[in-house]
Amino acid sequence: MTALLVVAATVLVAVALALRARRGHDMNLEQWSVGGRGFGSIFVFLLMAGEIYTTFTFLGGSGWAYGKGGPAFYILCYGSLAFVMSYWLLPTVWRYAKRRNLLSQADFYTAKFDSPGLGVLVSLVGVVALVPYLVLQLKGLGSIVSETSGGSIPYAWSIIAGTVVLAGYVTISGVRGSAWTAALKDVLILVVVVILGIYLPLHYFGGFGAMFHAIDAAKPGFLTLPDKGMSPSWFVSTVLLSAFGFYMWPHSFGAVYTARDERVFRRNAVVLPLYQLILLFVFFAGFAAVLVVPGLQGSNGDLSLLRITTKTFDPWFVGVVGGAGVLTALVPGSLILMTSATMLAKNIYRVARPDTTDRQVGTLAKILVPVVALIALYFTFNGGDTIVSLLLMGYSLVTQLFPSMVLSLCKRRVVTTAGAAAGIVVGVVIVAAFTISGATLTGLAPWLPQPLKDLNTGVVALVANVVVLALVTMITRRHRAVRGAPTEAVTV
Amino acid sequence: MRLRHLLAALPVLGMLGGAFFADRTEPYVLGLPFILFWMVACVVLTSVVLAVIYKLDPANRSGE
Repeated sequence: MTALLVVAATVLVAVALALRARRGHDMNLEQWSVGGRGFGSIFVFLLMAGEIYTTFTFLGGSGWAYGKGGPAFYILCYGSLAFVMSYWLLPTVWRYAKRRNLLSQADFYTAKFDSPGLGVLVSLVGVVALVPYLVLQLKGLGSIVSETSGGSIPYAWSIIAGTVVLAGYVTISGVRGSAWTAALKDVLILVVVVILGIYLPLHYFGGFGAMFHAIDAAKPGFLTLPDKGMSPSWFVSTVLLSAFGFYMWPHSFGAVYTARDERVFRRNAVVLPLYQLILLFVFFAGFAAVLVVPGLQGSNGDLSLLRITTKTFDPWFVGVVGGAGVLTALVPGSLILMTSATMLAKNIYRVARPDTTDRQVGTLAKILVPVVALIALYFTFNGGDTIVSLLLMGYSLVTQLFPSMVLSLCKRRVVTTAGAAAGIVVGVVIVAAFTISGATLTGLAPWLPQPLKDLNTGVVALVANVVVLALVTMITRRHRAVRGAPTEAVTV
Repeated sequence: MRLRHLLAALPVLGMLGGAFFADRTEPYVLGLPFILFWMVACVVLTSVVLAVIYKLDPANRSGE
């Protein structure tokens, strides 16, 4: 019970911070969703880091280290790769967004391709991809509440309680609340993860080297990539896919708009890879759990961090860990909810009914928050995937937006609207087909060499996407000369 | 393509290539299995490389 009280206190502090952040700002749509475009390095850093260090890293990262071993290292890599790209990509996107007063990712496509229809398509892809992302935050919230209550609150009720808090929190605070809670969360998670990652290996094994040797002896090959399945070619394709998708999440794209100037991104690109090293400690905790609390199967691997904590520490510290965990779900969860609600209201509803006023869009967005939360709640109760698999599914979807986005930054218009739309549709359909049917490349094409069979299926969809994009662009270009003003150049 | 852009490719190649040639536990470095150590080193290198690029990049010179 002590543990649960500490968790509840953390949530109260977060809500109080959100209410405080709201003060002194008129909450119109631009304030609510992009903070009036006035955030400096630190806030943008926190918002972006807030999205990076989510339940996914906290419970999912340790869960994968526990359940899969070596393949979990991909989580450490894709962020760094994305930060390298962000150094050149984000300033260009930001400049364009600022000039055109854009609020969302869909606005970007609408403006660049001069096509509201493409904006609607992008919004739909975004909202669909965000659902598994939100589901994984809710799963995390549920696990934390139910584990810290020592099982006295059932998992189902934990998830429902978590969802209510999340939806209420978003409606009250908007993006400023997220930035402030992100500050609290990052401090707490840093402290907790470093303590766990250092203490657990020392306490149970006497050192890091000793721990890894013990694991290697007990489970040979566990710490490296297997020859089949999650092999090196799986690793490379997954890292690439996730890196391309990194900033394509509607909420990450939206966080770009909150910056005050473009240098913010270049500075952050330097610091964020180091910040990423916090993951190392998450892995340590997960690996320690391999031998200390063995036997958690499948998606229960996500509970390994909480189990080993409960087994090792006093209830009050379990509460602190749980509180940090709840914040890792609350911050990204609130951004995801806010983003999907804003997109549904502004980029889908308003395109259908252009006479809607800004105020109506703002109100509708707030009404949609609980609706989206309920949809995610439904899927949370109807799926058994691990946190990381859920995220990979979402990544496969958003990554389909990457090729047309990057090509739209070129000086001349290289892609036609039809080409971009066709590529995205084909990519998303392939991802959906793989996900729904559960098919694998091994099953579909057993004659392929092993490294190709192991490729992440999201990459297959991405390749098809680019091919279709190129073909349709060539066909439609012939019919119609380039129209519209030349778009902005990428300054490299 | 200037030199500093090639520089940015270094950690990326290290990570992606590392999946193939660094995929082993021996030798342990700083207590970490070699593959984990390699990936961590690449992450640190990313930060260093981007810091160097930031310094060299004329876009960051003009006053704030």
